[in-house]
Amino acid sequence: MILIISICMEKLHYLEFVKPIEDIIINEGRKFLAKHYNELTEEDIKSTKKIIICGTSLKDNEFIKDIKKFQWMKEYEKPILGICGGMQVVCKVFGSKISKKTEIGLFKEKFIKDFLGVKAGSEEYVYHLHNFFAKMPKNFEKLAGKSIPQAIKHKHLPIYGVLFHPEVRQKKMIKEFLKI
Amino acid sequence: MDVAALFSGGKDSTYASYMARKHGYQIKCLITIVSKNPESFMFHTPAIELTKKQAELMGIPILIKETKGEKELELDDLKIAIKEAIKKYKIKGIVTGAIESVYQSSRIQNICNDLKIECFNPLWQKNQLELLEELLKNNFEIILSGVSAYPFSKEFVGRKIDKRFVEEMKLLSQKYFINPAAEGGEFETLVLNCPLFKKKLCIKLTSILGENYSYRGLFE
Repeated sequence: MILIISICMEKLHYLEFVKPIEDIIINEGRKFLAKHYNELTEEDIKSTKKIIICGTSLKDNEFIKDIKKFQWMKEYEKPILGICGGMQVVCKVFGSKISKKTEIGLFKEKFIKDFLGVKAGSEEYVYHLHNFFAKMPKNFEKLAGKSIPQAIKHKHLPIYGVLFHPEVRQKKMIKEFLKI
Repeated sequence: MDVAALFSGGKDSTYASYMARKHGYQIKCLITIVSKNPESFMFHTPAIELTKKQAELMGIPILIKETKGEKELELDDLKIAIKEAIKKYKIKGIVTGAIESVYQSSRIQNICNDLKIECFNPLWQKNQLELLEELLKNNFEIILSGVSAYPFSKEFVGRKIDKRFVEEMKLLSQKYFINPAAEGGEFETLVLNCPLFKKKLCIKLTSILGENYSYRGLFE
């Protein structure tokens, strides 16, 4: 069972940021449980094999104020993928800071190392939708991004983060994450 | 939350409006951009003159703005229309029917971000056959108002989207790599009735203009 965590404050944004991830998981024939972070129980976290934290809209940054509700992540040890706002959550939990930078639309990003099925050295057009980004936390490695981290991974744990939205042009990345 | 819907009168923008209302959002106004450029990257023109009638049937005010349809200038016209909606109807967000087009959606996201309002795309990344099936399930009565790709012949104009049509699209999408719900602009649609309408839009297809797999219907 895969746990999909929504960080959207507006109900209608669920269809835009969470459902596309659900659809990829359904197409892969996998089961999932989708919940807002405010509704998570200890049992939800314990009973799932991996977690995807979805992004949210440009204007929605409430989740950062609620970072205490994500502290379970430090002891989870199983695979986690944070997308956009979800990556900011991962980084913040592991001690990094959030800064301002707006990127909207398709941007070309070069991958420094292999990352969830994308080969080192390759360039991909990725879809950005953010007003903020997270600086590199300790014990994480930057795998894509020039001026700011675009794809990161924990040095010892299967914890991944992408600032872009792979559900738009890199569905293969999410499929690859499901295989871990 | 009070919102405005970008509205073309076709299935995607109408269904997105329906989804917004279903989730408890108040649609305070519709915004229609009439592009004088039939090749507009942002706004789809066939049958757009009927949006006024559709808005009446929904009992929702409509802001109609004309644009010359020049590539980036039409975005300024859209921004002016959204600003007017903010001022007049105190909306806090925009609803769009964007599904796959990063070009359209990132431009609207930019405008909303500049104006500090929310942007909602409830159909974003939606499977197109799933969309067609949901439209039928939710009693949307839709016809094709125009076609612009092979193998859509003149006979498709005015045709109703029903179960038979959806089945046909499944086959055509496998054979010709077309998008079954026309996200690539293969055909344009017109909503005649749906749960947002107080009664059905009654129109008559008077003639069909065009050639070579590019036709549009004239309605009155």
